[in-house]
Amino acid sequence: MEPFTQLRGVVAPLDRANVDTDQIIPKQFLKVVRRTGLGEGLFYDWRRLADGRPDPAFPLNQPAYAHAKILLARENFGCGSSREHAPWALLDFGIRAIIAPSFADIFANNCGQNGMLSLPLPAAQVEQLFQNVAARPGMELLIDLPARRVSDDAGWSAEFAMDPYRQQRLIEGLDDIALTLRQAADISAYEKQHEGA
Amino acid sequence: MARTLFDKIWERHVVAQAAGRPALLYIDLHLIHEVTSPQAFEGLRANGRRVRRPDRTFATMDHDVPTDPRGNGPLRVLDTLARQQLEALAANCREFGIELFDVERPEQGIVHVIGPELGLTQPGRTIVCGDSHTSTHGALGALAFGIGTSEVEHVLATQCLWQARPKSLELRVEGRLPAGVSAKDIILHIIGRIGTGGATGHVIEYTGEAVRALSMEQRMTVCNMSIEAGARAGMISPNARTVEYLRGRRYAPAGTAFDRAAADWLALASEPGAAHDASRVFDAAEIQPQVTWGTNPGMVAPVTGRVPDPAALPDAAARKAAELALTYMGLEPGTRIESIALDRVFIGSCTNARLEDLQAAARIVRGRRASPRVRAMVVPGSKQVKAAAEHLGLDRIFRDAGFEWREPGCSMCLGMNPDTLRPGERCASTSNRNFEGRQGAGGRTHLVSPEMAAAAAIAGHFVDIREWPEAARPAQEKR
Repeated sequence: MEPFTQLRGVVAPLDRANVDTDQIIPKQFLKVVRRTGLGEGLFYDWRRLADGRPDPAFPLNQPAYAHAKILLARENFGCGSSREHAPWALLDFGIRAIIAPSFADIFANNCGQNGMLSLPLPAAQVEQLFQNVAARPGMELLIDLPARRVSDDAGWSAEFAMDPYRQQRLIEGLDDIALTLRQAADISAYEKQHEGA
Repeated sequence: MARTLFDKIWERHVVAQAAGRPALLYIDLHLIHEVTSPQAFEGLRANGRRVRRPDRTFATMDHDVPTDPRGNGPLRVLDTLARQQLEALAANCREFGIELFDVERPEQGIVHVIGPELGLTQPGRTIVCGDSHTSTHGALGALAFGIGTSEVEHVLATQCLWQARPKSLELRVEGRLPAGVSAKDIILHIIGRIGTGGATGHVIEYTGEAVRALSMEQRMTVCNMSIEAGARAGMISPNARTVEYLRGRRYAPAGTAFDRAAADWLALASEPGAAHDASRVFDAAEIQPQVTWGTNPGMVAPVTGRVPDPAALPDAAARKAAELALTYMGLEPGTRIESIALDRVFIGSCTNARLEDLQAAARIVRGRRASPRVRAMVVPGSKQVKAAAEHLGLDRIFRDAGFEWREPGCSMCLGMNPDTLRPGERCASTSNRNFEGRQGAGGRTHLVSPEMAAAAAIAGHFVDIREWPEAARPAQEKR
């Protein structure tokens, strides 16, 4: 897994609350047996007009956000289905961090499993960021994970809270399974105790 | 100190925990299906890893499978990608020695229907599946939650998961449920009150007289939709009804081992005075039949109500969300819910496709005809549900009324198979999500109970089921 330390990139605004994983990646893209190539399906229905052409009003279709690395949204981002295809699709598009007032649990977990950062900020700061982006479309943010700080080039910055263990895992890009397998003796002991085997 | 059901299960399953770190939690049962597992098996192969406990892992085919009636004929999957995914599951289960209930087996069905049905789901177990509706299994007093594919791979390789301990939230439903009001209405009412993020970071325990009085299948409906309130899991303390439900089931203990297990299960129940991190109380008598009007399950109103006027909402964010939802749903503010006309009706899904659900719908349908403007389909949750329903003649009742009687699967809950809404079609659905495009791009979903869906199919629009004589019986027996 790619370590996440500092990320500098364009922030794209998606001014919606309760963005569910069915919107992030609709069902027809779940019939795959690989993790890659899902960017094509990202926000598939929202990116298109009724006649199938790209909707110029959708932020990710706009030239300013074509290379966005950070997504800005409202509360409860990633609710609904557990499909890990949602973070895979965001990652395939180029997005490695999402900033929102709150996230659904499974989605946030799935982000962590893919070296992606779900970054919660208070609603007032998210609102400020939306205003900043509206004033300066295409502006960049710098996320400094070791310092737990996010800032722009115009002097705005915010600290964010994060579970230290989660932070460490992302910074080191650790493979969970390899770590857990180091505790195989504990797992075997547990099984022996609980199954009488 | 008095402990909750959740406390007891959690503490029993911690394999290791360092200070300030998540716990390494042992997983008793891992359920898998075709959609969220291929990449996990691919990961195992790439790293030369094995499945640690194939005997604790069970697979079924449900999300992709076509549900067209096929008699005794073979399953034909015309969608190449779906077929490849189903074939990949079969190959992976063979390679790693996992029991697979494929479409030709009598045990096949929706993963959250067959777990309890086969007795795999038991009180006190930790259960995971790469599917958010795994919360269903909490109805039996298990700690059950959905995980992503990376975590599926992790459980396959280690039989464990790293988990930060969630908080607990008690949702107490006091009093008795009125006639014509169902388990589905309880959970939709709750989500309407606490919102789709109202339980994020929490495990819900449903308590109170109205919850204790629910049958096991009704409890599954309630726990199933815990995730729609954002909860990590939903659970109900085991009682005598839980024990009786499990007696004689295939994977439940038998003989004296069952009696020992039953005593252990009953001892798991939350103790009087056990503390939850938060608690909310609801009055069952206030709950009415519910119909969602928007694009998430929290956008819900009583059947006697109206579509809200976004302009009347106090909060700017809620106003904007309601405006977007009404535009998508093609609804005008102030429209009476009962006047909303329907094109389709779907009775099925891991929320409401068990035998009692089909019986409840059949009671409404018996001797009537579906409206000529409505296409109605019934998709049983499993082969066993289908067989039991046919034994009772429910298939005839539905077919005589013009409903389609189909093969088991997830079907139009998420439309990964050919069962989908066309753009603009409006559907009364017993499933769990009314997200945009969930049942088909441009489709418009209204979530309701099986009784309400059945009545809507007949009337061609929503009706208050409490006004029909079939619904005038008490919804719950006194216990």
